[in-house]
Amino acid sequence: MIKPKKTLKQRNIKDRFMVSLLVLSTVVVLVPLLIIIAYVIINGVSALNWEFFTEELGSPSRAMQGRPTGLIHTMIGTAVVDFLALIISIPVGLGAGIMLSEYPDHKLNPYLRIINDTLNGMPAILKGLLAFALIVKPMGTFSGLSGGFALAFVMIPIIARSTESALMSIPWTIREAGLAIGLPRWRVVMSTIVPAAKTGLVTGFLIAFARAAGEAAPLMFTSFGNNYFPRHWTGMIFGPVDTLPQRLYSLAISPYKEWHAMGWAAGIVLLFFVIAIFFTARLLTRKKVY
Amino acid sequence: MFVNSNFKKKKTKLSENGTSQQQSMNMKEKGLYGSSMIRIETKNLYVKYGTTIGVNNVSVPIYNGNVTALVGPSGCGKTTFLRALNRMHDLSRDAVVTGKVLLDDLNIYDPKVNPVSIRRKIGMVFQKPTPFPTMSIFDNVVAGLKLVGIKDKKFLNEVCEKALIQAALFDEVKDRLNNPGGSLSGGQQQRLSIARALAIEPEVLLMDEPTSSLDPKSTLKIEDLMVELKKNYSIVIVTHNLAQAGRISDYSIFMYLGDMIEFGKTKDMFQNPKDKRTEEYLTGKFG
Ligand SMILES: Nc1ncnc2c1ncn2[C@@H]1O[C@H](COP(=O)(O)OP(=O)(O)O)[C@@H](O)[C@H]1O
Ligand SMILES: [Mg+2]
Repeated sequence: MIKPKKTLKQRNIKDRFMVSLLVLSTVVVLVPLLIIIAYVIINGVSALNWEFFTEELGSPSRAMQGRPTGLIHTMIGTAVVDFLALIISIPVGLGAGIMLSEYPDHKLNPYLRIINDTLNGMPAILKGLLAFALIVKPMGTFSGLSGGFALAFVMIPIIARSTESALMSIPWTIREAGLAIGLPRWRVVMSTIVPAAKTGLVTGFLIAFARAAGEAAPLMFTSFGNNYFPRHWTGMIFGPVDTLPQRLYSLAISPYKEWHAMGWAAGIVLLFFVIAIFFTARLLTRKKVY
Repeated sequence: MFVNSNFKKKKTKLSENGTSQQQSMNMKEKGLYGSSMIRIETKNLYVKYGTTIGVNNVSVPIYNGNVTALVGPSGCGKTTFLRALNRMHDLSRDAVVTGKVLLDDLNIYDPKVNPVSIRRKIGMVFQKPTPFPTMSIFDNVVAGLKLVGIKDKKFLNEVCEKALIQAALFDEVKDRLNNPGGSLSGGQQQRLSIARALAIEPEVLLMDEPTSSLDPKSTLKIEDLMVELKKNYSIVIVTHNLAQAGRISDYSIFMYLGDMIEFGKTKDMFQNPKDKRTEEYLTGKFG
């Protein structure tokens, strides 16, 4: 037997040292996260009452005079804007991801990759500006729709990337088997590769969604914000609409103590919303086939 | 052939090149199958992977109604050659194919030819089983029909049953056709892959060491199948097993380092190899 240079005891000490380093770095990551969660909850829990989930915000005087006020219009607005973002970003991001993974030989592929990487690295506030220029300006009004586009610009590059890697994890031989029975390439992709990668694809959508759901910057000059429900529900799409991250920001910078507490409460709702999305994504990843 | 007129119509509509289909129909009517008619012919075929040469200037005929065996030591280019016959190299960016592959006088590498229509005529079975992961056994077998829009349930059932019987798998799976294809054992998955290739009724069948993952019993069944199928198809089979080549093939191609060293009737080649390298390989001196 070849003897290692160090004795067993020396190696055991080294092993224990390395493990404690790993434990330490885990703690360094986890502690600030727990502090943030605890801090948000402690500050916001007092404002979490029945009215918070049933009333609209209204003017600051409502909160100051203790009249019922809440963020139900914000939560519904968030649902509308996020839903728009999802239905815009999923087809586009999925298409781009399929192109990146399945047609590496296509002449547009390198350009698509560059555009996607650029969009991915672009600051979120610029994506808001882009949606402002493309939709708010022509429509002449802030709108939930433009907010949906701004968030979609956040999600598209993430979905494209996650789609690409989910599809790449399916063995290449499956594609060849599909081609060998005389199926056209797109048919092989849609009927064998995409279904096989389904879990990975959905996980990618959720991660992109969780990322976008917390963004305030792209919404500042797109969906803009609104203290009230619009008069008609279509106003949520075609007029200014409230969303949680942007409302959190404007409550926090307001001069009213009562609104600060509501801001923290909005933080709790947003936090649990995002955690719920990530949790779903985790659950899905566990049953992955490939 | 069990194909009903309904399917034939669809198949004809699918194929890009109506003439060669027509030709092959005529040949069947004239009873030319089993004769020494050439079905596929390669002319100065090269396949290069960058600077590595996989297939080096091979010109060889594949006769109709016969089994042609590709033999030679590992890495000599058998798989590379086989994949060139139905344009499977199209997908790989490293592989460059030059020269001609004529299928009934049509060069399948002609820019006007659609590789999809070629692959419906020239089916392929790979060395490793490749069931479609999310599909049931039934859907795997009829994938080549169902996914191009053939929906007639009764017809699909017939095709499925016939293909599974031919691939010697039917008895083992007949009670669980809706189970996932991936739930089968390795050897069963390979026979499933064979059934899937047969279901579209190609005219030529390329098989890359199809029995290397099978037990002796299923191997014999697949060998019987090939003998049965060659009445209607032309078969090219890569095999490491010389006894197998001797049992089932009519013609043999011996390859070595990308070159085709010898081609001829299997009986002649195995008894009186012309080239010294063939003789050494056949007598087990290398390989
Ligand atoms: N994708 C590839 N890229 C580069 N070289 C390859 C590739 N596939 C095969 N080769 C090379 O081509 C030669 C022939 O390989 P192959 O056709 O697989 O041989 P065989 O099937 O006879 O064992 C070998 O030298 C192999 O290393
Ligand atoms: Mg091989």
